[in-house]
Amino acid sequence: MDKFTKLTGIAAPMPLVNIDTDMIIPKQFLKTIKRSGLGKNLFDEMRFTQDGEEIAEFVLNQPAYRQAEIIVAGDNFGCGSSREHAPWALLDFGIRCVISTSFADIFFNNCFKNGILPIVMPQEVVDVLMDDARKGANARMTVDLENQTVTTSDGQSFAFEVDAFRKHCLLNGLDDIGLTLEKVSAIDTFEKTAAQARPWV
Amino acid sequence: MAGKTLYDKIWDAHVVDTQDDGTCLLYIDRHLVHEVTSPQAFEGLRMTGRKVRAPEKTIAVPDHNVPTTPGREDPKNMTEDSAIQVAALDKNAKDFGINYYPVSDIRQGIVHIVGPEQGWTLPGMTVVCGDSHTATHGAFGALAHGIGTSEVEHVLATQTLIQKKSKNMKVEITGKLRPGVTAKDITLSVIGATGTAGGTGYVIEYCGEAIRDLSMEGRMTVCNMAIEGGARAGLIAPDEVTFDYVKGRPHAPKGAQWEAALTWWKTLKSDDDAHWDKVVTLKGEDIAPVVTWGTSPEDVLPITGVVPAAGDFKGGKVEAAQRSLDYMGLKPGTPLSEIKIDTVFIGSCTNGRIEDLRAAAAILKGKKIAPGMRAMVVPGSGLVRAQAEEEGLAEIFKEAGFEWRLAGCSMCLAMNPDQLSPGERCAATSNRNFEGRQGRGGRTHLMSPAMAAAAAVTGHLTDVRDLI
Repeated sequence: MDKFTKLTGIAAPMPLVNIDTDMIIPKQFLKTIKRSGLGKNLFDEMRFTQDGEEIAEFVLNQPAYRQAEIIVAGDNFGCGSSREHAPWALLDFGIRCVISTSFADIFFNNCFKNGILPIVMPQEVVDVLMDDARKGANARMTVDLENQTVTTSDGQSFAFEVDAFRKHCLLNGLDDIGLTLEKVSAIDTFEKTAAQARPWV
Repeated sequence: MAGKTLYDKIWDAHVVDTQDDGTCLLYIDRHLVHEVTSPQAFEGLRMTGRKVRAPEKTIAVPDHNVPTTPGREDPKNMTEDSAIQVAALDKNAKDFGINYYPVSDIRQGIVHIVGPEQGWTLPGMTVVCGDSHTATHGAFGALAHGIGTSEVEHVLATQTLIQKKSKNMKVEITGKLRPGVTAKDITLSVIGATGTAGGTGYVIEYCGEAIRDLSMEGRMTVCNMAIEGGARAGLIAPDEVTFDYVKGRPHAPKGAQWEAALTWWKTLKSDDDAHWDKVVTLKGEDIAPVVTWGTSPEDVLPITGVVPAAGDFKGGKVEAAQRSLDYMGLKPGTPLSEIKIDTVFIGSCTNGRIEDLRAAAAILKGKKIAPGMRAMVVPGSGLVRAQAEEEGLAEIFKEAGFEWRLAGCSMCLAMNPDQLSPGERCAATSNRNFEGRQGRGGRTHLMSPAMAAAAAVTGHLTDVRDLI
């Protein structure tokens, strides 16, 4: 997993609420056995016509936002299916950070496993960031994970909360499985105790 | 000190390790695996030389993209990319020594139907699967939730999951349901009341007389859609209904172990003085047969209602509602019962169990589907299908004009050939009405099996109470 430390980039405004993972990556692209290459199908049915033509008004097709690295989104981003193909597609497109008032639980978890930082902000802050994102390519937002701040193109800075352990893993690009396997003796002990308490499991 | 909720009790029984910041390592008792969200996880194990820690607690079944038509055992009858995913699962199950039900096995079906049917899912367990509808298993009083593929790999390698505890939410459905009202109407009505983010950060426990009165099939329907309300998991405390369902299943405990298990299972309920972070109460008698009108599962209305206007909503939902109305091709003020449909899909992990097929067949008996209607029944497992044939339900469906398919997820997510074409409008017993969910441009109205059967007969959304 790539580290996430500090990012300055273009933010795309997507004010629609309840953007679900079926929108982020429609099911026809889940028939892969790889993690890579999904960026070209990110938001496929919103981004392209059935004939594969770009839909000009879709935000990521607009010249100002084609290189976006941040999305500022409406409430409940990433709801629905657990498909990790959603963060894989975002990452492959180049998105490293999503900011919203709320995220669906599984999508939120999946982001951290892939070096994407999901940031929860109150509505009034999201409103400010959404307006900043609407300014386009010359307005670059800065996300600083170490200091837990998001700074708009005109210098307004907002603090955000992030789980300490997840922050540590993102800053250092740590592999969860490797960390857990350091606790393998605790797992062994638990299994022995549980096998006596609940032998039917 | 306040008492514990059911969630607290299951959680406490599975904590392997707690870090200073409250991050826990939670032991996983059952890991269910399917072909779409697992290939990258197994690939990760191979690349790092890791093994599956507990293959005996890991169960795999292909369900998401398999065709539901005869001859599917032959990969030539699958699309190439689906065949590759199914072949990968075949190989991974064999190489890593995990329990497996291939398409040729009568026990194959939707992973959330197979688990309970085979007795893999038991009260008090932790159950995960790379699929959001894992919440289904909560009906047994098991802590069950969906995970991403990275977490699938983590569970395969360590039999644990890194978790922080969620908050406790109680959803109580008091009193009795009225005739024609089902578990699906309960679960949709709860989402309609709380919104799709209402449960975010919570584990829900469903309780109250109307929940107690449900069969296990109905309870699974309720818990299945906890995720649509945003919750990590949905739970129902186990009781005699649960124990009767579990007893005698192939992987349920037997003899002295059954007795020991039962003793523990009977303690699995929330204490009277447990603390709840959020409480939602609905009266069973207030719940009507409902349908969805929009493209979010929270867009729920009684069938007696009318299509709303975007202006009826507030904040960001105004734009979303307008987008839904445009996508669905609906005019505000239209009575829901006047919306014409051309496709009916009965099946899915929400409503693909025997009781669902019985409820639909009861409406269809002696009737025909409307002219021009495409209607299909996709049983949730090979065993549900066999039982429905034994009970004569299959004949009722076929005589009414339904296609009688093989088991799988099918048109719930339309990864296999069962899809809607642009503009087609479907009465579906599944769980998501998102844009494009059942096929690009397809329009989905969610409802109970009895309501879907009623719509098949009349050709439009219909109050099932008019047909019973």
